[in-house]
Amino acid sequence: MTRFAAPGQPDALMAYQARYDHWIGGEYAAPVGGGYFENPTPVTGQTFCEVARGTAADVERALDAAHAAAPAWGRTAPAQRAEVLNKIADRMEQHLSELALAESWENGKPIREALAADIPLAIDHFRYFAGAIRAQEGSLSEIDEDTVAYHFHEPLGVVGQIIPWNFPILMAVWKLAPALAAGNAVVLKPAEQTPVSVHYLMSLIADLLPPGVVNIVNGFGVEAGKPLASSARVAKIAFTGETTTGRLIMQYASENIKPVTLELGGKSPNIFFDDVSNLRDDFYDKALEGFTMFALNQGEVCTCPSRALIQRGHYEDFLADAIARTERIVQGHPLDTDTMVGAQASNDQLEKILSYLDIGQAEGAKVLIGGERVDLGGELTGGYYVQPTIFQGSNSMRIFQEEIFGPVVSVAQFDTYDDAIRIANDSLYGLGAGVWTRDARTAYRAGRAIQAGRVWTNCYHLYPAHAAFGGYKGSGIGRENHKMMLDHYQQTKNLLVSYSPKAMGFF
Amino acid sequence: MATQQAKVARVAVTEAAAALMRSLYEANGPLMFHQSGGCCDGSSPMCYLAGEFRTGASDVLLERLEVEGVAEPVSFWMGAEQFERWRHTHLTVDVVPGRGSGFSLEAPEGVRFLIRSRLLTDAEEEVLERRTLS
Repeated sequence: MTRFAAPGQPDALMAYQARYDHWIGGEYAAPVGGGYFENPTPVTGQTFCEVARGTAADVERALDAAHAAAPAWGRTAPAQRAEVLNKIADRMEQHLSELALAESWENGKPIREALAADIPLAIDHFRYFAGAIRAQEGSLSEIDEDTVAYHFHEPLGVVGQIIPWNFPILMAVWKLAPALAAGNAVVLKPAEQTPVSVHYLMSLIADLLPPGVVNIVNGFGVEAGKPLASSARVAKIAFTGETTTGRLIMQYASENIKPVTLELGGKSPNIFFDDVSNLRDDFYDKALEGFTMFALNQGEVCTCPSRALIQRGHYEDFLADAIARTERIVQGHPLDTDTMVGAQASNDQLEKILSYLDIGQAEGAKVLIGGERVDLGGELTGGYYVQPTIFQGSNSMRIFQEEIFGPVVSVAQFDTYDDAIRIANDSLYGLGAGVWTRDARTAYRAGRAIQAGRVWTNCYHLYPAHAAFGGYKGSGIGRENHKMMLDHYQQTKNLLVSYSPKAMGFF
Repeated sequence: MATQQAKVARVAVTEAAAALMRSLYEANGPLMFHQSGGCCDGSSPMCYLAGEFRTGASDVLLERLEVEGVAEPVSFWMGAEQFERWRHTHLTVDVVPGRGSGFSLEAPEGVRFLIRSRLLTDAEEEVLERRTLS
């Protein structure tokens, strides 16, 4: 067990600045309005820096810088852009632990996860899109003997990206990598809950990017996000967050007829068929871990497997083992490498989770384990911690229908395969789902029947690049993590060329 | 409660939330709420300038909140499909210290609106199911 020193301590791997301005045109830029807001760490609840409070004026300056940089970046050869992305990946890899520490401190997640998942995935994401853009081709069609249609991929120009707080660095990279690969300049607005870990990343890689290609404007959604989303100067807006905000962003973008991609969350069912329990082997153990995945990232994942559907035949035994597995979760100081579950990202997130624990019980769901806020004592007393919780109930309850966004899973039984599919699909959302079975046919049929963009089959919470990720139904528009995302960040130029010298005969 | 005591309603408001609405009203003008679903800052009410967020056939108006010191009633909306899953519960708009989120107006104030829920009683449900708001 190692305890990483908190940022800024004498033996810490990295330190945050006391104050962060915006990052515009390759340098720090103080907010035009002169305001700053405090940034607390969820680990202790204490403020550790202050951050520029951006407004429309700052967004305009960032757009100026992006528009100045976009043409040259867009004309840069794909191989050269790929080289930049690969160098960024290498630089991040050299500073993997520092980045993990920075993210853990700002978000409250265990450094164990940031080291094993967040940062390695982010590094790989740049490498993936570096490869994807080099391998991308346009096309041509010979229309007739004299006429050829040439199709070119062109960058959109300047794009706006608004990202959430649950994986601050990874979410930034999921957006930045394809946008940059495709030749765009970006104005990025980080979440106000986690505004600075991306600045730490920027401080490591700024020398690798032409100034103005990536610009960061911090602030509150209503003050900085709205001007960005409603700007006529962005060719596209990308957003990950919740449904109402996603809708509002679409609305703003529609004022300027701009395309939008959205990832809006889910209520992912994790389905455990009877045959999982046929043997007590590695796979059974893996399935129990699969159940416990509701606690990954403190449940603050859009694809949290927050509904566990367990088939009636093995319900009692599997659930008993699942509870036992949940009891083994180590909750503690996020900078301890043994800690599996850390702090929720903010006080209001914690309060929201507690309000769901409340309504869950009011609706008659039974708490099988957990159910309370937890005070970890010492310096963590002011932090935002809640116990991993298992509810037992039925799919019509609000705790089965809404994102709680905490380490809370709601368990229900199902009888037949058809029941499982019906219950799984009885949701407003369709982002993720998990299917656990030893039978190949069941696995395939269930996966195709579930109305979700990502169906983990005999696994969960894997996010490799090259596996398309995105939602059905209320979970959003578009796909990430796959080269198809380049399409979201490019437009098609058709050169329709005639090689005939003769007039057509119209006029 | 800042709102009517005797009248059956789907949505109520705590004193703290009412005070926040007053101050947001003074700073910004008439207000509205839309309850968000989904991840991150979802499952929480978003507060906007009245009319900022376009509502339509896919939304349900749950309540026109009468808040002391706020001249115009504050409309509380929810997506219709989501409402189907909520209609058996009563909602109270409260406020907690927080970071705020989305484009909700109170975010810069260091607080966040929050919904606390309870089940509607049979008597309340009967009254409410017969009532339609337009």
